[in-house]
Amino acid sequence: MKEKQFRMASAARGGLLFMRGVPGVKFNDRVVVRDHRGRKRNGQVIRSGEEYVLVQVFEGTDDLDLENTWVRFLEKPVELTLSPDLLGRVFNGVGMPRDGRPPIVSRLKRNVNGSAVNPAARAYPREFIQTGISGIDGLNSLVRGQKLPIFSGSGLPHNRLAAQIVRQAKLPGEESRFAVVFAAMGVSYDDARFFQEEFEESGVLGNVVMFINRADDPPIERLILARSALTAAEYLAFDLDLHVLVVLTDMTHYAEALREVATAKGDVPARKGYPGYLYSDLAEIYERAGRIKQRHGSITMVPVLSMPSDDITHPIPDLTGYITEGQIVLSRELHSQGVYPPIHVPPSLSRLMKDGIGKGFTRDDHPRVASQLYASYARALDVRNLASIIGPEELSRQDRDYLAFAEQFEARFIGQGETTERNVMETLNIAWELLSLLPPESLSRLSEGDLAKYHNWDRSAAKVEE
Amino acid sequence: MVERSEGVVIDINGPLVQARLPGSPTGEQVRLGALGLTGEVIGRSGDEAVVQVYESTEQLAPGDKVVPLGHPLVVELGPGMLGQIFDGTQRPLDRIALQSGDHIARGLVIPALDRDRVWGFTPNPALRVGERLKGGERLGTVQETSTIEHRVLVPPDVFGELIQLSPAGDYGVETVIARVREADGQVRDLQLFHRWPVRTPRPYTQRDHAVAPLLTGQRILDTFFPLLKGGKAAVPGPFGAGKTMVQQQIARWANADIVIYVGCGERGNELVDILETFPKLTDPHSGKSLMERTFLVANTSNMPVVAREASIYVGVTMAEYYRDQGYDVVMVADSTSRWAEALREVAGRLGQMPVEEGYPAYLSSRLSAFYERAGRVETLGGERGSVTLIGAVSPPGGDFSEPVTSHTKEIVQTFWALSKELADARHYPSVSWTDSFSGYVGTAASWWREQVDPSWEQKRATALGLLAQADELSRIVNLVGPEALSPEQRWALEGAGLIKEAVLQQSALDEVDSFASPQKQYALLDLIVGIYRQGILALGLGVPVQLLLEMPILGRARRAKSRYASSELEQLASFGVEVKHAFEQLTAEYRDGHH
Repeated sequence: MKEKQFRMASAARGGLLFMRGVPGVKFNDRVVVRDHRGRKRNGQVIRSGEEYVLVQVFEGTDDLDLENTWVRFLEKPVELTLSPDLLGRVFNGVGMPRDGRPPIVSRLKRNVNGSAVNPAARAYPREFIQTGISGIDGLNSLVRGQKLPIFSGSGLPHNRLAAQIVRQAKLPGEESRFAVVFAAMGVSYDDARFFQEEFEESGVLGNVVMFINRADDPPIERLILARSALTAAEYLAFDLDLHVLVVLTDMTHYAEALREVATAKGDVPARKGYPGYLYSDLAEIYERAGRIKQRHGSITMVPVLSMPSDDITHPIPDLTGYITEGQIVLSRELHSQGVYPPIHVPPSLSRLMKDGIGKGFTRDDHPRVASQLYASYARALDVRNLASIIGPEELSRQDRDYLAFAEQFEARFIGQGETTERNVMETLNIAWELLSLLPPESLSRLSEGDLAKYHNWDRSAAKVEE
Repeated sequence: MVERSEGVVIDINGPLVQARLPGSPTGEQVRLGALGLTGEVIGRSGDEAVVQVYESTEQLAPGDKVVPLGHPLVVELGPGMLGQIFDGTQRPLDRIALQSGDHIARGLVIPALDRDRVWGFTPNPALRVGERLKGGERLGTVQETSTIEHRVLVPPDVFGELIQLSPAGDYGVETVIARVREADGQVRDLQLFHRWPVRTPRPYTQRDHAVAPLLTGQRILDTFFPLLKGGKAAVPGPFGAGKTMVQQQIARWANADIVIYVGCGERGNELVDILETFPKLTDPHSGKSLMERTFLVANTSNMPVVAREASIYVGVTMAEYYRDQGYDVVMVADSTSRWAEALREVAGRLGQMPVEEGYPAYLSSRLSAFYERAGRVETLGGERGSVTLIGAVSPPGGDFSEPVTSHTKEIVQTFWALSKELADARHYPSVSWTDSFSGYVGTAASWWREQVDPSWEQKRATALGLLAQADELSRIVNLVGPEALSPEQRWALEGAGLIKEAVLQQSALDEVDSFASPQKQYALLDLIVGIYRQGILALGLGVPVQLLLEMPILGRARRAKSRYASSELEQLASFGVEVKHAFEQLTAEYRDGHH
């Protein structure tokens, strides 16, 4: 064994160990720390110099008696053991079992940091995934290999929405081999349990790998947990040809852990105390989603993050939005009105939707219907603002049509409920029922052919009412 | 070059490595460790050098060797760049994939230009052996793609007597095709390609005025906030505002000879989208595949951050090279904010004093030096060529007062500000008519006057005036409702709405609407301004505004953009006549004085 000897640390601070007199340590090496009670902790070298070496300890450096703490360098990066037996299991951030069962045994081990996918090897995601949720399928469609986060706030039902997506997501007309990788970072006991029960009830538990770090677990472990989970996902997708859905929750806790370590290292802060490399660090995680040419599997990613004070310009949602291919934003207002899922339509977006819908994928009119719903709802929200000032009775007839449209759009189209699963045709048909509340002149995003085929506008009825 | 001894790694801090490496100048390329990772010396004190490494430094250790290469970061310039995708240091990503599979292995050294490929070279018939040659002169040509003739140039730093020039034939890029004896008697072998350091702008004879607009086929850009060939523009916008779509539309439809798309710290899938769609799209100017004039530089957000800093310079040096051949080149950089963040990361790790939001003090000077590489020039070879730079900016939280956006705003002449509110209503392109500006309107106007219509400038001003008036009126409506407005004001609101929907909004996904020729752009503008004016006349005759608002032909006017292609201007003109008739019919009874 050419592993380096145990050494004593000279100082510990904020999850970091400073060590002197250990020459030639490799950058990013895996480290095992044995504390004075003989318990082991895991770590990684994050700076290596002739004078001193800096080790990040995933379980934290609290309660370490440095005189009696020993550190061993393993001369290899942090790795995850991979085998098909991962499915159905529960692990912590460094891949140790949390379900009381023995560790995975396999010769196949991979560096959890992964390496960048060559853009020239990527295949463009285009396969429409039906989630059965109108607010997503109709307006912000998800495609296989996409990374589409849920931007939420404390107390909003993002977990229920994520679970519903896991439960219902399918490719229309295809039975496919799928797996779910669930990475929980800093979640409460109740939330972790909610997901576990959800997976059990829907009978997918055998296809799920869970990596769990709870709110009372060491925060630094969250940094490695996301990477372990994605290493497992890459293995399932690109070695075992499975279509993998990765749920990462909650990325806000991840970013906070990163800030904690950055502060301890003395890194120059950029915004709100977060380090300047938060963008690159998040990208290392999110960009592991996708499809690769000549590979049958795929990684579709649904990260969940809670926006501090519901602020979408906070660095975590802001930088995430710059990396991911859209976002589903939840609304506190809709939630308090009892609308589920409370999808806040105007700021929600799916960038890859354009290539996965329309003729040959869903239905020819789909792209224009989505665009028209957006435009009409934006106009309807303006009218609603106006009505709150001058009173609805002062509105013109057409504006009153828009008010009715907004109400039905929120109540029927968006607020479908937790147990309703709609196929995309049902979603589009409901969309046309709503668009039929509005006169054809105002629907400039739709083609004349669409209007003739689907629009059911009764001008005389409207006139009579007036 | 004097052989220098190897150095040794002292300290590794992420992408920054401290090394004992005497005598290595700033900017020199080095290779580190057993894998031979590539890096660049960016600072030194005494015998110690600071090296930024373009690849992940995982598993590097103090004591590992550092080998100086004796040259700065250079790119290879020659035939075989078009249609390719390179990484941030000009390594060909498709050949990397052949060698290392789905992921990019470290320490790979693959030359940018394929050594196995041969090119049909035709020597310049005007050249005679014994003649004096200077840098920038044309040695001959190679047909690089079916649309682009690659002009093989004497490297800018070569002067002397031509002592040999190869006859027409098929040659690899490394074959010597000419020999020049320089003033000191040294003979320089010239190949189909040469190397140039990326941080040194390529020389030209003189700067020239930009004269012609860069036409992108996008109405809000060409008609309202024009850019010139050789100009500099920025596209700032929060996430989701459609920056990438605007940039891709420009890359697709711009009337440039060469398009370089630099994906700097952005999404991998966006580059794949270009790689998969461009070969299938037709260039409206040449009728050939768009990929024949395009190449990509890709440093996606998950690729090492230091190479992101280099990628912008790699891109612009290749742009200057095609400019020197006499071409109009457009380089689109998405996003300059990620490049600035790479600067910030390196500065932070060097312990440099941050000034604004962690950015180093030299951010603004680096930005302006980069944009200064745009311009229309007279080349060393006596041709006219241009580099147009278009940089996306990604302001955190959509805040345009942040350092990168505010410095960029001072540098560029055309500023296409994207608006979150417009994007949320799916008004694309979400270019704001209030926050955007163009300093090129005067020059562009003379082109439009001569090439399209003398009244372009006046119609454009009418439209912008109407939009501004409508923004003012909307504020009143939001307070007291539309009933408080006069009929003329309500018609102005409708007119502005028509301009937004029928002219400004343009669907990149609609085959007909995606590209609009300057003539179609003018025709639509003329149509809508005409409708507004005819409505004003009708109101003057006493026609109630409600009747005007309910004219069914307005719905058709809103859809005219996707109904009539750029090649169907006659049909669009006859639709204009129909509109005129509709107004005449409506006003007839009022005109006759029945009321």
